[in-house]
Amino acid sequence: MIEVKNISKSFGNQLIVNNISTTFEEGKTNLIIGQSGSGKTVLMKCCIGLYDVDSGEVDFHGRRFSNISDKRRKHIRQEMGVLFQGGALFDSLTVEDNIMFPLNMFTEMGIKEKKERVNFVLENVNLTGSNNKYPAELSGGMVKRVAIARAISLMPKYLFADEPNSGLDPKTAERIDELLSSLTKKFNMTTVINTHDMNSVLQIGEKICFINHGKLCWEGDKETILKTDKKELNDFVFATELTRRIKR
Amino acid sequence: MNILYQIGEYVVMVLQAFKRPDKGFVFRRQLLYDFKRLGVDSISIISIISLFTGAIIAIQMAYNIDSPFIPKSTIGFSTRQMLVLEISPTIISLILAGKVGSRIASEIGTMRITEQIDALRVMGVNPPNFLVLPKIVAAMLYFPVLIVYSIFLGILGGWIMGIITGLIPSADYIIGIQSWFDPFTLTYAMIKTVVFAFIITSVSAYKGYTVKGGSVEVGQASTEAIVVSSILIIFSDLILTQLLLT
Repeated sequence: MIEVKNISKSFGNQLIVNNISTTFEEGKTNLIIGQSGSGKTVLMKCCIGLYDVDSGEVDFHGRRFSNISDKRRKHIRQEMGVLFQGGALFDSLTVEDNIMFPLNMFTEMGIKEKKERVNFVLENVNLTGSNNKYPAELSGGMVKRVAIARAISLMPKYLFADEPNSGLDPKTAERIDELLSSLTKKFNMTTVINTHDMNSVLQIGEKICFINHGKLCWEGDKETILKTDKKELNDFVFATELTRRIKR
Repeated sequence: MNILYQIGEYVVMVLQAFKRPDKGFVFRRQLLYDFKRLGVDSISIISIISLFTGAIIAIQMAYNIDSPFIPKSTIGFSTRQMLVLEISPTIISLILAGKVGSRIASEIGTMRITEQIDALRVMGVNPPNFLVLPKIVAAMLYFPVLIVYSIFLGILGGWIMGIITGLIPSADYIIGIQSWFDPFTLTYAMIKTVVFAFIITSVSAYKGYTVKGGSVEVGQASTEAIVVSSILIIFSDLILTQLLLT
């Protein structure tokens, strides 16, 4: 479980994350939703330690993570997998070397064991046999799946994904959502996903936090999100003609 | 104020880079990779420039030394001295600042804007140590080899040109390049090269590491890396020459 306690973050005099408190539960896909520029990515980057928070704290199973030295963070970071928006694969490395990278850095596994782990995670993301390809040779959906494979290669307790299906066609986006959800269950991870895609929300949102102008505006799940009378959330959820038709 | 901030940021990055690598074999692999990309891949351009520069210097010397009282061997001697003292260590380093510096700045800059450096950080890897240190070490070890090679080719270029044009008798040229050789001039050239290698790699890495924005800013960082490295090379050349040769 990840606990976010009263965190705030500003850049200059602009307050981006305003006193947010919530919990992300174990074995569930926790979604952070909100419009572009609402503060979702900054909130996630505060959670994974890429930004230091101005106030408040983030705890991973009771272990403080925010505003401590990189050396002390290192242990928790090794239990964390992060999927960046563009995949962030290392261009000069093959798929196999990309996935092996965290294993090389943080484990004492032998080469045979590492290759077995690479093949295991590639199988889990349905990319068996892609070991020797370079990121430039992959499609957008494949890049995301390799990035997921790299993120889970150390069998993390916590998985963060920043807009995992942005820039993908609806079918591939759905596959990525299903994949993240099934991996969460399979490895009992605490998964936190940033998204503004309503399909993802309705498909895999076991816990949903709606952020509006840097504030936590609403919390619930995929069942309750369509029944709320919160105006800001309804404006976001029913922003398209399709969702308005569903509501009618 | 901005320049002080940048100097501070640069020093912090260099200090972070000079930490003991987490995994020795990963560092060695990166080092070998950078030996190839920064050193071996520069051999062709160094060869062409050195060969032609040596040839040009020899012709210019022959053109200027037309007095019968000055022996022809002076041409070989002057060509060697110019190559050892200035042309190879400084001019070739300026060329490397363009070739290697822009490569480092654009590579690290692209990694920054595509979140690859963030990915390293969240994995608990020290990015300057992983990305910058192997480049600095590779350049500081390999550039002296390139400069010795450049001196050799430059002298060879002068000799070939002397034979082709008939301006410099081969025997005189060979006597010239062997005359009054002070081994300290080579030490001086190597010291300069190592300092320039550090400047080129660390400044270019800093420019790439601190990129904010997109592809336009990466291009800008790459250009700034070359400009700043070149200015610092010339400036440090003056200081080192004053310190070592006077």
